[in-house]
Amino acid sequence: MSLWRQLTRGLRVLTNRTGADHELAEELQDYLEHATTSLEASGLTPEEARRAARHEIGNAMVVRDRVRAYGWENVVDTQFADLRYAGRQLCNNAGFAVTAILILGLGIGATTAIFSAINPILFQSLPYPHPDRVVMIFEMRDGGSRLPNFGTYEGLSERSHSFDAIAVMKPWQPAMVGIGEPELFEGQRVSAGYFRALGVHPALGRDFQTADDQFHGPSVVILSDRLWHRRFSGDPQIIGRQITLENSSSQLDATNSFTVIGVMPSGFENVLAPSAELWAPLQYNPALPPDSREWGHHLRMVACLQPSVSEEEAKSELDAILPAFGRTHAKGFESAGGIPAGVVVTSLHDNVTAGVKPALLAILGAVVLVLLIASVNVTNLLLARSAQRRGEFAVRAALGAGQRRLLRQLITESLLLAGLGGIFGIAVATLGVRILVALSPPGLPRVDAIRVDGTVLLFAFGITTCIGLLVGLVPAIQASRNDPHAALQQSSRQNIGGHQLVRRSLVVSEVALALILLLSAGLLLRSLERLFSVDPGFDASQVLTMQVQESGYRYEGDDARARFFQQSLEGVRHIPGIASAAFVSQLPLSGDYEVYGIEFEAYPREDEAVFRYAVSADYFKTMRIPLRRGRLLDEGDRTGAPVAVLISESLAKRKFHDRDPIGQRVRMGPNMGRPDKPWAIIVGVVGDVKQLSLAANEAEAFYTTPAQWAWVDNAQSVVVRTDRNPATLVSSVRDAIWSVDKDLPIVRVATMESLLAQTEAQRRFALIIFEAFAVVALLLAATGIYAVLSGGIAERMREIGVRAALGATRGSILTLVIRQGMTLTVLGVGIGLLGAVAATEAIAAMLFGVSRLDPVTCLGVITLLGGVSLLACGVPAWRAARVDPAITLRAE
Amino acid sequence: MDETNRDVIQGTLDMLILKTLSLEPMHGFGIARRVEQISRGVFKVNPGSLLTALQRLERSGWLDSEWRQTENSRRAKVYSLTRTGKKQLEFETAEWTRRSSAIARLLRAAG
Repeated sequence: MSLWRQLTRGLRVLTNRTGADHELAEELQDYLEHATTSLEASGLTPEEARRAARHEIGNAMVVRDRVRAYGWENVVDTQFADLRYAGRQLCNNAGFAVTAILILGLGIGATTAIFSAINPILFQSLPYPHPDRVVMIFEMRDGGSRLPNFGTYEGLSERSHSFDAIAVMKPWQPAMVGIGEPELFEGQRVSAGYFRALGVHPALGRDFQTADDQFHGPSVVILSDRLWHRRFSGDPQIIGRQITLENSSSQLDATNSFTVIGVMPSGFENVLAPSAELWAPLQYNPALPPDSREWGHHLRMVACLQPSVSEEEAKSELDAILPAFGRTHAKGFESAGGIPAGVVVTSLHDNVTAGVKPALLAILGAVVLVLLIASVNVTNLLLARSAQRRGEFAVRAALGAGQRRLLRQLITESLLLAGLGGIFGIAVATLGVRILVALSPPGLPRVDAIRVDGTVLLFAFGITTCIGLLVGLVPAIQASRNDPHAALQQSSRQNIGGHQLVRRSLVVSEVALALILLLSAGLLLRSLERLFSVDPGFDASQVLTMQVQESGYRYEGDDARARFFQQSLEGVRHIPGIASAAFVSQLPLSGDYEVYGIEFEAYPREDEAVFRYAVSADYFKTMRIPLRRGRLLDEGDRTGAPVAVLISESLAKRKFHDRDPIGQRVRMGPNMGRPDKPWAIIVGVVGDVKQLSLAANEAEAFYTTPAQWAWVDNAQSVVVRTDRNPATLVSSVRDAIWSVDKDLPIVRVATMESLLAQTEAQRRFALIIFEAFAVVALLLAATGIYAVLSGGIAERMREIGVRAALGATRGSILTLVIRQGMTLTVLGVGIGLLGAVAATEAIAAMLFGVSRLDPVTCLGVITLLGGVSLLACGVPAWRAARVDPAITLRAE
Repeated sequence: MDETNRDVIQGTLDMLILKTLSLEPMHGFGIARRVEQISRGVFKVNPGSLLTALQRLERSGWLDSEWRQTENSRRAKVYSLTRTGKKQLEFETAEWTRRSSAIARLLRAAG
């Protein structure tokens, strides 16, 4: 009741201040009349009575102010008055206001945009009910970690008691065929516990059960909400329907009709495979035949810890289980690089974000620097403004405004400025987020969660307030310290000194911050240059590639599959403009990653896992991979002939040092450790090729023809070398393959050059952002120098005039001003270099082939910064040199 | 000029106003005069304090006010006690009695 009354009465006063004042005046008047009447009644003359009554009431103004000062609305009212005044101040000085708002808006906007990208990836927990309990499990071997195989999964899931659910998964690209061009879906084959490990359930239908994930089990599929809406228009009767899918990754599926058993909820975010739209059971063979795919290290394992079990406890349990299990299944593990020593357990969140974390944190650091520079710049502008307004503050102080009141007024002004900047900043951020998402490198996790949401707005509001207080504080303290007496007398030259000192130190810090950003951008640029000068081991120019995914069941046996690839290759070769063409089982720099064990006759009991390539004869010619020794593979290396193997230079060097590897014998992959299988013979050594990335050094590999490998791979990449722009040949190559079989999905069409560029997408992304920020920083620092110098010159007009009158030449005045400005720059560069020693630590992980304080980069950056600041000094210096002593002195 | 202290005791003005209005609705001057009369001139009410206090009491919901036409065709703001105001008065009276009798006892003991 009372609160309500407070609120309504207060609002009434606020909305109708004159009415309230009027009522108060009327009440006072009434009081006066009554007092007069009553005094008259006691015998005074009307004149005396009126005077006595006035005396009793005292100063009506004071009474009114006392009554008016009561109530919350009064505080609001003065705040509004301050705001109105601040608004008028900004309007009167539109140039200043617009500059400051633009600078702050860009700073706040950039920071908010970066924050909105980083927040879901690094800071928010994953969108699952128990995100902190979901872990990834890897096999540990030779101190590193590798993907588990199905044997490991079987061994762990049967024996471990640490988990609520544990599952393995692999990518799956089924195609919907028959109508028009075959459409390929992204999906996953998962063991039954997959969704339970994440803690999610289908919104419609049911989850996978153990009965679904049986060897040769039923063909069932769960759809994503998006696919359900896109292909089946959200049909509520979808459960139980049959859909036709060609399953390209499992050779054992004999059926292509799947029963839909569930639909995932629309909010389900599958961080392990963001583009997956359907899921089917893995259905691997639990009998684990020794040289089967069940032993291939190609599965990812995810698990949900029991609430009472820690990651460490789970790890030590699995560390005990796995080696023991490995010893009882030694044959299976031997075909794939040996028994694991234990496991590596990481949280799902770390696993998903580890790759991008250094880059994102560095970018966050960079944007904070930009925001700092922007704030410093606006502080400087405000300082210059308050120097001009010293007279105004003095008048207000003389009229009785307390220091606090002035401080409050100034802070209100800077908060208003920051608030307007913040609004502009949110607009900038909304746009910036779109640009960020468009620029984001492939593989950036949780891209769909990047948006300007409540948290982001709250963040923007927070930094806006902080900045409003921050940029207002220094000028406010300076202004409130001013002696009004001195300021009124305009004899305040001693003040200028101290106040210029603050502004100059601010400029120095701006230059220092800009140097750190420029240096970081420069180092990233040099790294990228270095990376692209790394020899990938092949000639990427004018090579077109695409991957053909032959479904496992389509051809009966390897012969038919081999025939298909042979015929496709023939067709492709006959396209005009194609110099040579070949198939390869894994394409360099494409994200393919396939390693198999190799065993050397000369070094028994030393198992290695190296890259395995099954290539058709022309592969080396097409990719221009050089032959170092011996011969290349050719048509003679066919089924039945002695198996011929090429090894890479680095493998040859490590294994055989200076000895000739030609003629040495090896066993590879499933044949490893099996004396009943024949040896293969090394016939040649070829150059090293970068498989994973330009920065990675792993290049140990072996090559065989598809005919001499244990099976024919069903997903192979065709590579063609052309004598024209490779992009123009895409459709003819595709048609040539489809003319052999029109139902085969063709994916990952790319030129080798674009794949090369893509491998460094993350570095490039960081570089673009750093470059943009560095340019902004450079501009802001330059405007800072310019503003301080020209402000200083305006205040020192008289001194310069005197100097000129006393015979100083234009040249000497020019030098004077430039020296002053360059001193600031040099100081800033010095401090910035010191800061860079610490700051470049943050980007160390992204550097390649340059040291953190690369002298060439440092020199370049300092020259650039020096040049720009010289320019920024030059303009005010030139203006100072043109000062006409007669005019300035007369103006005094 | 009267030399003796005629200011209302700190914190009691609210109670005096509430008490005065419990007799009948009144305008500001009436309240001031009534306090002076009943206290036989011991207390003198300052108009500034009075009007501020009236505003505060009204906001707290203890008083209601309305504008009335007076006989000489002026408008006067007349205050009256609300139900919660009455309760507040009882509370403050009890509190005052408790405190003043305690002080009286202290003074007697000291004397």
